[in-house]
Amino acid sequence: MKERSNVRHSVIRQEKPIYWSRIIVKTFSYLVLAIGCIMVFIPIAAVIFGAFKDSKDVANTGALELPTHWVFDNFKTAFIDGKVLKGLGNTAIIIVVSCVGTIMTGTMTAFVIQRFDGKMTRFIKAAFLLATLLPNISMQVTVFQIMYKLGLYRTFAAPIVLYVGTDIISIYIFMQFLSQIPTSLDESGIIDGASYPRIYFSIILPNLKPAIATVLIIKFVGIYNDFYTPNLYMSEDDPVVSTVLYSFISGKRTQWEIVFAGIILCIIPTLIMFLTLQKYIYNGLVSGAVKE
Amino acid sequence: MKTKRKHAPFKKWIKTYEGQKFYISVLFLLIPVLLLAVFTFVPAVNMIVYSFQDRDKYGANVSWVGIQNYKTIFTDTSILSTFKNSLYYLCGSFIQQVIALLVASILCSKIRAKGLFKGILFFPYLMNGVAVSIIFKKFFVKGERGIVPEGTLNSVLSVFGIEPIKWISAESPLLANICLVFVSIWRYVGFDIIMYIGAINSISPDLYEAADLDGANPWQRFKYIVFPSIKPIISLQLILAVKGAISVFEIPYIITGGTMNTSTFVIDTINTAFSKNKVGLASAMAVILLVIIIIVTLLQKYFFREDGSKLRQRRKTREGKR
Repeated sequence: MKERSNVRHSVIRQEKPIYWSRIIVKTFSYLVLAIGCIMVFIPIAAVIFGAFKDSKDVANTGALELPTHWVFDNFKTAFIDGKVLKGLGNTAIIIVVSCVGTIMTGTMTAFVIQRFDGKMTRFIKAAFLLATLLPNISMQVTVFQIMYKLGLYRTFAAPIVLYVGTDIISIYIFMQFLSQIPTSLDESGIIDGASYPRIYFSIILPNLKPAIATVLIIKFVGIYNDFYTPNLYMSEDDPVVSTVLYSFISGKRTQWEIVFAGIILCIIPTLIMFLTLQKYIYNGLVSGAVKE
Repeated sequence: MKTKRKHAPFKKWIKTYEGQKFYISVLFLLIPVLLLAVFTFVPAVNMIVYSFQDRDKYGANVSWVGIQNYKTIFTDTSILSTFKNSLYYLCGSFIQQVIALLVASILCSKIRAKGLFKGILFFPYLMNGVAVSIIFKKFFVKGERGIVPEGTLNSVLSVFGIEPIKWISAESPLLANICLVFVSIWRYVGFDIIMYIGAINSISPDLYEAADLDGANPWQRFKYIVFPSIKPIISLQLILAVKGAISVFEIPYIITGGTMNTSTFVIDTINTAFSKNKVGLASAMAVILLVIIIIVTLLQKYFFREDGSKLRQRRKTREGKR
């Protein structure tokens, strides 16, 4: 026993040669990461400190100085008077409806296109493929006319219809995923006498769960952060998160302490989502981008 | 009696799998295809038609003007200068790729608190674009005594004894654009880092082991193993960067509103359509953007098919040799 431990000791004590190059690389690595994190933090820190200052403090102290006395009223003002609460509520409504819509239409389209091979489905698939070429943002010049004629301008329906109807990436994610679900699963359903609607609802849909999760994450991030669509189509009385924040700075006089509080309130939901679903977010967003 | 007979086979047929396929296809595709047509293809066709017209936002006062709109675009210096601004963003995204590659390879080596660093660097990508833009509006502000407090960047620099600088101003469009590009990099670099981490992690560990046995240093490891393996993703990123640079919108729109020579082509298009109410001209601009994007996409498809087939060929020859 004793001998053994002695042997072990001697192995541990054997000194490793010092690799200077390795130390330099390590130091450099941590330095790069530290600088990166400081770069991320500094602009945000100014906002966090600013949100707890009163208007005098904001004018008289430096952006990165702590508040002379901590104030919490800014949050209340931004939340109620600044309509952040209303913005969050409206955004939630739009996200829920759009997500349900996208999952329904996306999975159904993918199911038909992927499973029923024929001239018609191939043609429709090509049409969806062609649509990915069109740059969404400048298309709005003419989409606006259609929205206006359909009477959807300044309603919740305008952004929802666009989020559901022009989201081709989701269809691709579903199709990609469906191609990995073996058709023998459908066939076994057919042998058991299940109808196609039954196959879709009890075989396909449950098996698509991971793809649905991916699409939900992409949609949530996309809609929550979208400024362009609601700014163009929704009325000022029914703001979403982005347009509420924009209204803070587009007025004549900007009350920075309220703006900062508003920003923090709007980022908290994102932060919570990120911390709870971190792993899925990395995978989801990357897989969404690769298909683009 | 006759009609009944006609109906009966239909009722039977609809219950067969052939019939089910038919009605499921129709039911399931009706809404998506309708939405696709109304909100993608009809506007696309309209865009081309409108580009030869002079018309306002609500579709009144339409008159045909031929190719006048296109002539205007190619002679208007203010519109052409937006393409110059796109070049800033293009250079910015090259720098962004370099930073992302560096950080991603660091995060793939043996490092403590990897997840934390990754999370912090990625988080700006998830933040609301308007929030980011406002944060940087504050960041670059130059203060005026007693009226506007000093911005974040000038506050930091004053610690080092540097005089406040007017970062975003009409006097120096170059500096203003560089600041906006910086914001864009700040916001999007985290995403590229995650992309590259994914790509680097998918490289077989055997290769690293072999390199370690040969005593490769980190730079050699990057040059001979990592870089060749993730080359397709890098070139894809570069092509996407071209598309991104031409369609920059949100950050400059919120921070400067496109003033001070920081406008982009998309901001110009949108302002032409909705502020100046010249939908005809804006449609022509949109058509030009569409053409540019289609060309870039086709190049991307062409190069990537090429890459894929080359890879396959190489694999085949290798298998043949075995």
